[in-house]
Order: sequence, then C-alpha cells, then structure tokens
Amino acid sequence: MKTGAKILIESLQREGTEIIFGYPGGVVLPIYDELYDSSLRHILVRHEQAAAHAADGYARASGRVGVCLATSGPGACNLVTGIATAYMDSAPIVAITGQVPTNLLGNDAFQESDITGITMPITKHNYLVKSAADISRVVQEAFYIAGTGRQGPVLIDVPKDVSTGLAEDTPLPEKVTLRGYNPTYKGHKRQIDKAVELIVHAERPLIYAGGGVIASNASAELVSLATLLGIPVTTTLMGIGCIPCDHPLNLGMLGMHGTEYANFAVMESDLLIAIGARFDDRVTGKIDTFAPHAKIVHIDIDPAEIGKNKRVDVPIVGDVKAVLQDMLSSLKKNNAYEPWLKKIKHWKQHHPLRVKDDGRLHPQYIVRALSELVKGEAVIVSEVGQNQMWTAQHFCFHHPRTWITSGGLGTMGYGFPAAMGAHFARPDVPVFDIAGDGSIQMNIQEMSTVAANKIPVKVAILNNMYLGMVRQWQELFFDRRYSYTELPSVDFVKIANAYGIDGMRVDSPDDVVPALKASLDCDGPFVMDFRIEREENVFPMVPAGAAINEMIGGHPR
Amino acid sequence: MKPHTLSILVENKAGVLSRVTGLFSRRGFNIESLAVGTCEEPGMSRITIVVIGDDAKVEQVMKQLHKLIDIIKVSDLSENERVERELALIKVNAEPGTSRAEIMQIASIFRALIVDVGSKSVILEVTGDAEKIDALEKLLRQYGVKELVRTGRIGILRGAKAGKSEK
Repeated sequence: MKTGAKILIESLQREGTEIIFGYPGGVVLPIYDELYDSSLRHILVRHEQAAAHAADGYARASGRVGVCLATSGPGACNLVTGIATAYMDSAPIVAITGQVPTNLLGNDAFQESDITGITMPITKHNYLVKSAADISRVVQEAFYIAGTGRQGPVLIDVPKDVSTGLAEDTPLPEKVTLRGYNPTYKGHKRQIDKAVELIVHAERPLIYAGGGVIASNASAELVSLATLLGIPVTTTLMGIGCIPCDHPLNLGMLGMHGTEYANFAVMESDLLIAIGARFDDRVTGKIDTFAPHAKIVHIDIDPAEIGKNKRVDVPIVGDVKAVLQDMLSSLKKNNAYEPWLKKIKHWKQHHPLRVKDDGRLHPQYIVRALSELVKGEAVIVSEVGQNQMWTAQHFCFHHPRTWITSGGLGTMGYGFPAAMGAHFARPDVPVFDIAGDGSIQMNIQEMSTVAANKIPVKVAILNNMYLGMVRQWQELFFDRRYSYTELPSVDFVKIANAYGIDGMRVDSPDDVVPALKASLDCDGPFVMDFRIEREENVFPMVPAGAAINEMIGGHPR
Repeated sequence: MKPHTLSILVENKAGVLSRVTGLFSRRGFNIESLAVGTCEEPGMSRITIVVIGDDAKVEQVMKQLHKLIDIIKVSDLSENERVERELALIKVNAEPGTSRAEIMQIASIFRALIVDVGSKSVILEVTGDAEKIDALEKLLRQYGVKELVRTGRIGILRGAKAGKSEK
C-alpha cells in the first residue's frame, strides 16, 4: 500500500515530468513531504501565479506538458490567471491543487475554495479526486487530455485525506481511452482535395498561420507548402516563428499591429488558407471586411473554431501536421503566383516597418539590436502591451517555440515567470524576457526565485514610465487624457541588486549593445533598465472595429 | 431565433450538469427547460435542454459541448421528426360544485388524470407536448391555479434511428 501523495509523485514521473513549479501550504504538506526525497525537481516560486506561468512557459518552449502545484484556497485561486492564460493559448499544463479533506468539502473550511468549479470554464477538463486509488488513472488521463488534440490546461484537485489515504498500485492501460474524447487527427480526404483544387486555381493565395502550426510541430510542413508553390505567409502573434522571419515569403504578423503588407495581402487575396488560427478580433478587425475577396480554407484540430467567426468555404478538421503532409503529397511545384508575389514585393518595399534613427533611445532599436546579437538562437518571452508588439514586429525569429507570449488572454506579468519555465525547457540557449515597467512589476517577486535558483533569465525592461499601450490608446482615442497610466520612475537595477541580481541602466542608444552583451556574458539572471522614449507608439495600428487596411501610422498609399 | 431541443448523452459523473449549463450561461442563453435522467447506456445519463437562439449560436454551443470530456454525444432533435413530451402536475382550486365538474370535464378532454382530490382543490397530471400543456393551463387559470410543476421537455427521434452522433 502507498499513500496517495506517493502515487501522485510516481504518476507524474511516469508521465515524464522532470520539473514542477509550486508553492507549499497546509493541505499539500503530504505531497511536499513526498517531494522532499523525490528525484523530481521542484522550483519554489514566490507567488502561485508564477508557478502556472512557469509551467506554461516550459510547455510552450518544450512542447511537453508543464506541471504546477499549489495549496488549496488562496494558492489554488492564485493559479487561476495562469490557467486561463494557458487555456486561451492552448498551452498544455497540468495544475495540481490541494483541497481540504473530503469530509469538510463544501463546509467553508479553512483555505477552502471550489477550484474545480472556479476553473471549469478555463480548463480543458478538471478532476476532484475522491480516492487515493483513482490518482494514477486521473494523472494519466490528465496528461493525455492536456497534451493531445487542441492542447490545454487540466486541473487535478487532491483533498488532503486523498493524498494521505492508502491504495494499492493499480495497473494502467497502455493507452488512455475516453468515450467522450476522440480528437480527429487525419483530415478528411475529400475536403483536402477540395482545398488543393482551390489552391491550384487561385491567383492570389495567402497562408494565414497561427499558433496551431507551432503546437502541431508542423513548421517544416508549412514552409514546404509555402515554398513549393510560392504562397506568401502571414502569421498571427501566436504563429510567429513557424516560418523564418527572413524567409522571402514571410509577410510577418497581420492584424491590429501587423505589417501593412500583410494586411494589404489579406484584403486583396482571393484564397485565404487559415492554418491553426482562429480569426481572433485582434487579427480580423471588422470581421465583415476581413478578406473580402477570398475563398477560405480553414485547417484546425478544433471543430468548434471552424466557422465560429467567419464563414468558411472548405473546413478541414485535423492535426495541422497530418493535413499539410496530405496536401503536400498531392501538390506539384508551381510558380503560378508570380504577379501576386510581385505586387507583395512592391508593398514590402514601400511599406516597411519603421525605426527612427534620431539619436534617442527607441524600443524598436533595442529589439533589433538583441535580434542581431542572438541571431534567432534564443528564446524570447514577452510581457503584454507595447513591449510585446515591438518584439513581435521587430525581432527576427528563426525557429518555432522561440517566441513565447500571452496572446489570447493578454496577461501582464506572464513573461518573467514564463521565461523561468522556458529556461528549463531550453537550457542550451539564452532566455530573454522583454518587459515593460508596468508588466515586470506584476510578478517582480520572482527575482527572488531566479536569484535563488540561478535561473539565467535576462530581463530587458523597456521603461517608459507609462502603462504604454493604454497610454497610446488614450493619446489616440481619448484626447491625450492620461488617466492613471503614468508610473513613477523605479530604479529596477537597485531592485535587482537587492535580490542579488546584476543589472544595468541604459539611457542612450550607444549603450544598448554593450548592455545586451553584458547580459549574455553574465552566468546568472540579469536586469536591463532601458529608459526609452516615453511616448513612443506601436505603429502601424488598426483602430478597434476598423477594417485591417485602415491603418494609422503607416505609409501613404 | 427558434427553440432547439438538444439531446445530450453524458457520463453519469459529478459536475457534468454544471459543465453543460455553464456553457449556455456563459453565452447568455436562457435555458427554457432541462430534464436529466438515466438512459439505455449503463453509466450514462441523457440531458434534454430546450434553448431559444439563432442557429449559428446554437451550433457553436453544440460544438463546445462536444469538446467537454464527459460528453459522449450531442444532437439537435429539432432538425428531425421527433416525439416530444412533457409532464405537468397542476393544482387547481376546485370548490365542490359546478367548477369541480367543469375541471373534471376539461381534464378528460385533455386526457389528464386527476391524481388527488382535496376539499378545495384537485391535482391534475397531464402529459403531452408543450403546447397541449400550455393550452390546458390557460383553461384552468379561470379556476385559479395554485401551483404548477413541469418536468421539462424530453424528446426522441421517430423511426429506428437513434440520436445522430456528432462525436
């Protein structure tokens, strides 16, 4: 007989878990006691939200399921933002929470919260385990659900008497079978044929690639499809990295802060091939005017995404990788789209993203300097807001899973802890968190975690002493009334130093590269406080509710 | 906007009903009627939900329902020929005398049963589709309906075919 806690730890290891991010507390004491002499690595965070984000960052950088652990009540509730973030971006994590003993459930016991109820709309599935004998099966199912189909978070709530309860080892099946869960991987042959037919007959096709391409590890197939026929590719925020930034067919990001040429291409395309993307409002702008001349092929593993926002001509439900492989096998090399590519090339030449070179410290320059320094061989994590958009626009990504950001939920404070998690997935490359002075202060306590564990995350704070993106909207749409968006100056280097972390303040463009190099030369974590132009904006920009070719801050057409 | 009768086959597990209803409430649907019970498959239950909404929105909810792990099958019965029934218990004021006789007459026309007779009231049990029950209720109002309980609608497809699987 073994305790539930022991079974839990063994089950996690059987699923291949190597690291968990967590925070102890009353009802998880039995689990922590098991961890004490387990070979499973545990990173003690300073706030449970960071544990969820770290597990998420680990998952996105590695493609494996990330794990976090928290106690009941406040611990579990603090995971919620992290779980919702993972849910919106389909990141596979398993969150384990302690719960009050079963005899006290529903009793308003100390540190009780109904976490399975709370997380119902933000998890792919969740479990309240009622007996130690169920733990091994539940953990196996949780990993299977989190890591297959459209991936996402799964929560397991373990009451204290279940982790102290005794049970025999139960034999587990090789493969999990759940009556109500059978994701479709292979695309329907006839639908794929129809899509191929449309591609062959199109004149102005455009691939619109999303995070699903990366989740499905289908970047190679996507690039093959694009290059085989010469189809230009635009990516969503989540899709960045699925095609190298300097690939001649890559148009960069589309949508609200997309490139002008990507948005022009959408508006003129006669065939939009949406791959692992979900027609989010930040991408489409005014939905009725999005891709007005295009037939739409939509490939997605989640049937609920198809036709959700936009009517689709050829829906293909399936795993992006499998579907693209099938499509590739029935397509032949072709250069039929030359006139279209010529037009796009013209747009690219005349509507490039801009960086000012006036001797002042512009954030775009910092992102580009970092990009040139690491040449794509780094994991770049961002916070949310202007820092995120400048990085998405100006950093040159060469590989999938090297760009990690909170897209769907837009969670400020995500980047720093996610970068910690990403480091454990990719210890071979430097990991940067591109932050704003607002976002970094949402999980700044994790400086203690990176210092204590020597996690070499490099934090580049683009400090404008504003909640920059909100300020930008106030400037443009609220008559420059900066209502509660100005932040006082914070000496982030001093804060870093107080935690035992090295740092550097940068006020001029000349000091950018030396600071970035110093961060790379430093073995441990490093904090850079870049004092950027305070009222720099993210351009181009599609105002909310406008068509995506109605951009402000672009070039005259 | 029209009523849709959704038949949902689920694992008989704690929390399933709230997972299902949560999907409707999150999208601002008001559930018109809801009935849950065991069914032909051991370990499973069938939920019948009637909602009013436009077709695209209802289709999106059905797709989201499919994604729930504990849900086996979802079908929209309103697309097909079907039998729908509801049962109601109605307590009506019925002083001995003419009104009581009239109520009993109405009951027999609607093939309702009188299941309880008190000194001042009777209880009717009626089965049928929603319109029939509405009609009966309307007629009984003049005597004073003290209490009315409806089971919620249940439905089944006509013919040999079982509810079409979407999963």
